[in-house]
Amino acid sequence: MSRDQIAEELPNLAESKLTALVVDDSFVNQTIHQKLLNRLGIENDVVTNGKEAVDVYCSGRNYDLILMDMDMPIMNGIQATKRLREMGIESKIAGVTTRANEGEKQEFMEAGLNDFQEKPLTISKLLSILHKLNFYVQT
Amino acid sequence: MVLFVCFEQLSPIFLYNSVSWSTLAMNTTVVAQLQRQFQDYIVSLYQQGFLDSQFSELRKLQDEGSPDFVSEVVSLFFDDCSKLINTMSRSLEQPDNVDFKQLDSGVHQLKGSSSSVGARRVKNVCISFKECCDVQNREGCLRCLQQVDYEYKMLKTKLQDLFNLEQQILQAGGTIPQVDIN
Repeated sequence: MSRDQIAEELPNLAESKLTALVVDDSFVNQTIHQKLLNRLGIENDVVTNGKEAVDVYCSGRNYDLILMDMDMPIMNGIQATKRLREMGIESKIAGVTTRANEGEKQEFMEAGLNDFQEKPLTISKLLSILHKLNFYVQT
Repeated sequence: MVLFVCFEQLSPIFLYNSVSWSTLAMNTTVVAQLQRQFQDYIVSLYQQGFLDSQFSELRKLQDEGSPDFVSEVVSLFFDDCSKLINTMSRSLEQPDNVDFKQLDSGVHQLKGSSSSVGARRVKNVCISFKECCDVQNREGCLRCLQQVDYEYKMLKTKLQDLFNLEQQILQAGGTIPQVDIN
């Protein structure tokens, strides 16, 4: 197999760095999530609510992964996820929230998530998200 | 004379000077004592339920690139506590006009924050607080508000003492022990 054929088969092993968008209204969580991503060598930006996430995508930016909080003012995680999917955005979206009851989790997943993790995030939970979404990083 | 020359060649700091030797020896003891103090203190904070494993996760993230990461994050958390407690206090002011929805939102945010930094006691009060909100128990909410205020301030003092110990260790030339709690 040629190198190009291999790259086609395993697109996520591409040389370019992974990028992520943190969507959370809490400064505490923003700081922690950004640090976790930095630790794994993932370039990242942060916005404070769902509307800002949508605006960032409307402005033409794109990310491999979105870490989406659920409860946020102006536009929450469920609304933002639905909106992004309506816009045809195919970035992987991982819902990250403290709300863990089955109904709320189901509603969030149905909005268009690829994965879901309960907060607080740790290195191993983030690695679990990346593994589930077939992203490869050096630890 | 030969010994003196050898020492100089080996390491410039090891001058033939008895004061330097004893200072070095004393420093090593001081560092060891401080490290022991630090270890005992942080273990006691976990054992007494002030902190849980999430705090340990935050400590793992601290590195040379961000040596103050933990104190920065907890500082943001204490800012959150102060702001949210003020807002919730206002929500509870008027007995006939309590905004339980706003209160619930505040408690939820505080629970999230405290959970993210490993502030176990604060988080546990938030759980009780939420239950009082759910049944619109104003008296219960007022008690929880008082308790959460007390707990966050207590934790703030404890962590300040912990960070001071860290600084003392670093200033004495030592490294901060990795204490793993699971």
